[in-house]
Amino acid sequence: MEPLLAVAIGILFAAAIYMMLRRSIVKLVIGLMLLSNAANLLIFATAGMTRGAPPLVPQGLTAPEGAVADPLPQALVLTAIVIAFGVLSFAVVLVRRAWEVVRADDLDKMKDTDT
Amino acid sequence: MQLAVLGGFVVASLVPLLHRWFGAGTARVLALLPAAIAAWLLAQWPVIAAGETLWLEWAWVPGLDITLTFLIDGLAWLFAMLISMIGTLVLLYAGDYLHGHRDLPRFLVVITAFMMSMLGLVLADNLVTLFVFWELTSITSYLLIGFNHTDPAARKSAQQGLFVTVGGGLALLAGFVMLALAGDSWSLAELNTRGEQLKAHVLYLPLLICVLLGAFTKSAQFPFHFWLPNAMAAPTPVSAYLHSATMVKAGVYLLARLHPALGGTEPWVITLSLVGALTMASGAFLAIQHTNVKTLLAYSTVMALGTLTMLLGIGTEAALTAFVVFLLAHSLYKGALFMVAGILDHETGTRDVTAMGGLRHAMPCTALVAVVAALSLAGLPPLLGFIGKELMLESLLAAAAYRAVILPLAFLAAFLTLAVAAVVAIRPFFGPLRQTPSAPREASFGMLAGPALLAALSLLFGLAPRLLDSLVGATVAGIGAGSAEVHLALWHGINLPLLLSLASLGLGALVFRRWDRLRAWLARLEPLMARGPEAGYEALMSGMVDLAEWQTRFLQSGYLRNYLVITLLVLLGLVGHALLLRHTPSITFTLDIYFHEAVAAGLMVAGAVSACVMRSRLAAVAAVGVMGFSIALTFVLFSAPDLAITQLLVETLTVILLVLVLFRLPRFATLSTPAERLRDLAVAGLSGGLVTLLMLAVLSGERLPRISDYMVANSQPLGRGHNIVNVILVDFRALDTLGEMFVLALAASGVYAMLRFHAEEYAARDAGHTRRSDDG
Repeated sequence: MEPLLAVAIGILFAAAIYMMLRRSIVKLVIGLMLLSNAANLLIFATAGMTRGAPPLVPQGLTAPEGAVADPLPQALVLTAIVIAFGVLSFAVVLVRRAWEVVRADDLDKMKDTDT
Repeated sequence: MQLAVLGGFVVASLVPLLHRWFGAGTARVLALLPAAIAAWLLAQWPVIAAGETLWLEWAWVPGLDITLTFLIDGLAWLFAMLISMIGTLVLLYAGDYLHGHRDLPRFLVVITAFMMSMLGLVLADNLVTLFVFWELTSITSYLLIGFNHTDPAARKSAQQGLFVTVGGGLALLAGFVMLALAGDSWSLAELNTRGEQLKAHVLYLPLLICVLLGAFTKSAQFPFHFWLPNAMAAPTPVSAYLHSATMVKAGVYLLARLHPALGGTEPWVITLSLVGALTMASGAFLAIQHTNVKTLLAYSTVMALGTLTMLLGIGTEAALTAFVVFLLAHSLYKGALFMVAGILDHETGTRDVTAMGGLRHAMPCTALVAVVAALSLAGLPPLLGFIGKELMLESLLAAAAYRAVILPLAFLAAFLTLAVAAVVAIRPFFGPLRQTPSAPREASFGMLAGPALLAALSLLFGLAPRLLDSLVGATVAGIGAGSAEVHLALWHGINLPLLLSLASLGLGALVFRRWDRLRAWLARLEPLMARGPEAGYEALMSGMVDLAEWQTRFLQSGYLRNYLVITLLVLLGLVGHALLLRHTPSITFTLDIYFHEAVAAGLMVAGAVSACVMRSRLAAVAAVGVMGFSIALTFVLFSAPDLAITQLLVETLTVILLVLVLFRLPRFATLSTPAERLRDLAVAGLSGGLVTLLMLAVLSGERLPRISDYMVANSQPLGRGHNIVNVILVDFRALDTLGEMFVLALAASGVYAMLRFHAEEYAARDAGHTRRSDDG
């Protein structure tokens, strides 16, 4: 699965960067979302993917039986997902606010500080 | 001694306080400091004269092998003595010269700091310490040249002096590092015993070039000489002290100090003697073109510095003896002449020698001092300058190398200098009295004491040169010529140098008589002069500004996408280069995919791509949602239930938030041209491809052992939790989670503030509406 995901992640990154290069500020935010998802997936997939062995300890045991998926990248990605959401919600509200003030979605029209 | 020097800096910082107590007398009180140092040095003289070296050690940064060791041998003693003695006189002089000046305390702060830096520079044994003091003199010199900071010309000159000397200082630092590498030591004394090792070292040539650059810029050697005449924008006491007697000699001092370590090789001899001779001749030649007495003297200082460098380049014992005598003579007469120039400026209100005349009646003492000092400058008996010049000519005649080039230049410099001396001593004081901007009066005692003492010393040492035998001997030994037996005499008998002196006397007199006509004729060379090294400096400076402007406009466009593109291209270049060229990529993989997994990946890609091409915001948001949910599906399929739950929650919230917030916004407009889109697509595609390649390369590489085994094993026993990911989050890496909570809280309060602000604004507007409708 990893090689296929590698290609998918590449496309996600490409889409994210393409969107971030647009002049529309909403597209920039969408690009940001794509980028954080792609990065999370990259960390998750690069650490190795395991089918059907979640990092859980069965009740009554002190350690999982047999090999389980690596829990550390999962913990990292979990933190990253939540942080990305925080950043995104801030960015979205900021976009909204900017639109109310400038009445434009165009980054090039936001060069003045006086509006 | 270290205490005296470091304490001196403290005293300098206390000057404003002293000024409050002593008022106008502050300068005289301050003069006690260098006077005490001079007295201390004098007390050490018997030890130095016996050929011994005085060591004063103090570990400064022991970890880096940097010591504040002071080394006092003949050479250091001579310089330290000149600095503290002339320093005392200059402080006395400055107290009167700047009497009542608003910024006198500031002046005294800086000049005291300079004095201490200069002392540290000539006494330091450690290369790093020396360099620190070296740079301190550059900075204090900058502050002193720019003393009249309301004058744009003074600011410009100060900046020029700073750039030239500090630029050279950078080269010097590099040179010192190489010197320490090549000689395995930071101590000058040790390096001086390792001359053979250094000269054979592969770094010898680069380090010599760097050190020479530092010394040449500091000592205003051709082609860096132009900053020195411009530095005359400083008040005259500064010119007398920094720019003739002490600071500009720092470069010469360094060369003399390093002579045993680096001197005597062919590059050393060629560079020093030729650059020195060229500086000497051009300094004298440029001097006679000017009528401003300070500029005139400044160019003759350039000439003297060139002479000193040249003598060091020749490096024979006779040349080194001439070096020491010439150095001493120059410090004495040039200090005196500058102070006389300051008196003239102060009393008459002009610096133009052609505007002055007949002042001998109004200021007889000044006239006497000027004539004595000028005789020494001209190199006429019975003054010390004469002995210096005779020794120089003698050593030039004896030196075999490049005599054909150097001798004519030296002769030219000699008779032009004679003319300069005549101009300075005769034009202002003799002939008919001329009207000057202010009525001339005799200078005050404080201003006359300095030049009078210096001129008297010139005369004394000229008449009784044997007084100097042991000093010159010890200094020559310090420079490292070996034997220290020196016998100076005024009368050397009738020999070739004397004949040359006589010839130069005749020619010099001729130049002086025709000076006005000669100047008019030389003025025609102006266009040629305008293309000198100073023009090169100007071009370099404006070029630098242009380059900065161009690159700012090119790189700092203010458009986010341009920054992004540049960053990405650099990243692509660096990572791509490392990945494809330096690490032969061997990508091996086995395709082991189930159908439903492929569908999840396909949905992900479809969602991302359609988010890019949708024209409607809501559709784009929905497409991003599709991508997010299929990522959650992937997490489920690959043993990450916690991630899947979080992703589902967050994705749901995101979509709701986006729909709520962006609902009212219009459809996307087409803002960019097809060409721009093509360019962005190329950048994006390349970046994506690189990520794919990178990931495949990582996956084909050797797997490192996991670092989470400890967490897997201890999650239940230590953390009492069955979900290992959760235990990591709240226990093993709890601090990370705390940080994450802070970030979220911050984002939440930001969001709340923005929404709230908006709500209040609307409330206020609504209130306005209501009131208006009430009125209606």
